[in-house]
Amino acid sequence: MSSLILWGLLWEIVGQLELTFFLPPLSAIFTTLMEIGTTKVFLQALADTGYAFFIGTFSAIIIGIPVGILMGKNRFIDELLLPWVNMFLSAPLTALVPVLMVLFGFGMKSIIITTALFAIWIIVLNSRAGVMQINRSLIEMARSFGASPKDAFFKIYLWAALPEILGGVRIGFIRAVKGVIIGQLLISIVGFGALFELYSSNFLMKHFWAVLIVLFAIAFTIAEFLAHLERRVEYYAARR
Amino acid sequence: MNDSKGDIDNAVTVRNVYKNYGDVEALKDLSLDFPRGQLTSLLGPSGCGKTTLLKIIAGLLPATSGDIQVNNQPVTGPGPDRAFVFQDFALLPWANVMRNVAFGLELRGIDRSEREAIAETYIANVGLKGFENSFPHELSGGMRQRVGLARALSVDAEVLLMDEPFSAVDEQTRRKFQEDLLNLVKNENKTFIFVTHSIEEAVYVSDQVALLLARPSRVSEVIRPEGFRHKDANSIRRDPEYLDIVDRIWASLRTYVE
Repeated sequence: MSSLILWGLLWEIVGQLELTFFLPPLSAIFTTLMEIGTTKVFLQALADTGYAFFIGTFSAIIIGIPVGILMGKNRFIDELLLPWVNMFLSAPLTALVPVLMVLFGFGMKSIIITTALFAIWIIVLNSRAGVMQINRSLIEMARSFGASPKDAFFKIYLWAALPEILGGVRIGFIRAVKGVIIGQLLISIVGFGALFELYSSNFLMKHFWAVLIVLFAIAFTIAEFLAHLERRVEYYAARR
Repeated sequence: MNDSKGDIDNAVTVRNVYKNYGDVEALKDLSLDFPRGQLTSLLGPSGCGKTTLLKIIAGLLPATSGDIQVNNQPVTGPGPDRAFVFQDFALLPWANVMRNVAFGLELRGIDRSEREAIAETYIANVGLKGFENSFPHELSGGMRQRVGLARALSVDAEVLLMDEPFSAVDEQTRRKFQEDLLNLVKNENKTFIFVTHSIEEAVYVSDQVALLLARPSRVSEVIRPEGFRHKDANSIRRDPEYLDIVDRIWASLRTYVE
């Protein structure tokens, strides 16, 4: 946090020196933010972006965690899916967006899918890694006391893998921020993507930075919240 | 109970059991009886398949062939008539002592107030009263194994399967555990099957010691240390019969150690 303040100060100084139009003073950006922050256009963009972002990441979590756990539990499923997961994790997903547009149209649906695609792979991989390091005797313990598959899933696997799962979700959220903006820029010019397009093509750097700072603040808050949850399970993460 | 096999009532019988891992024969034609209400040790060098046998009885591993019966019912998987105590305790690290001890009951669908009442009794029985809300990482190894033991006791299974339960605790705690185990066998009407690689421990706690030899493993000898069973815990270790049996077992095993 203190390093953020330091960099903010540096930014202000560089901005005040008027070295480049690209970098207006931070204070001016915040003033602009206050101005545009309450406009209808901005709030609409925030709502559009937030909607796509949360539906997208929610789907990624709901699908990604069970798939990852299944991969960790079952060798057959793992060998079947792992190459694809690894491929999509490293693939330039941006290049896939035009394909998504053909498949799912130019609307919100494609943006949501793009967002989910950015987030899901790391969630799958981390959930898988979390399950693979589970102590075998915990699983035997559950079996020996007669755990149903459902009980084993919710009472053993999910909890034992939780530290890794949360780590995956945190990184997934950060990647989803990228995904939603790329989706909005490439698929249909809506939300924050539209604002970025509008401001940067008109060289409205203060506005441009204002939107970026809002985005950064949202991503930072979510990441910090998840990091906080991760610290809450830390007490057992090292002793499983 | 009188049947054709004689007047000994066996809680668990193992008949002609084979277990292969690929080409490796872990158990070969192994037969053994476990009398009800007694403690039987499975003793042998490491890799002799004693844990494999225990897990087959638990229903955690399938036998390649052969017949395993608990209370004259063939074993097809884990069942409520058996409870397992694990070498590495196998506690849920995210759950406190209370939930860990009650976990077996939780999996059996007993409702919360009832299972916690049962768990509370056993937590007190194993000497952990006051630690109900502690987490496993806050406890010593010995205390963690007490939690594992309380969990196995609280499901009230007739057969208690213990896989080297004291090997991960320090020597002093281990001796205390062995004494406690003798009392447990005396007071709880349960059948204990106890895996260990310690000769002294096996002779000290057992009504019957099954000596297993390695690869493929089979029972080479069954020894019943009877003479000193009625003695109090402290004098057993000085009893001549105890010392003789320890020596005899060592003589049988030493050829396999070199």
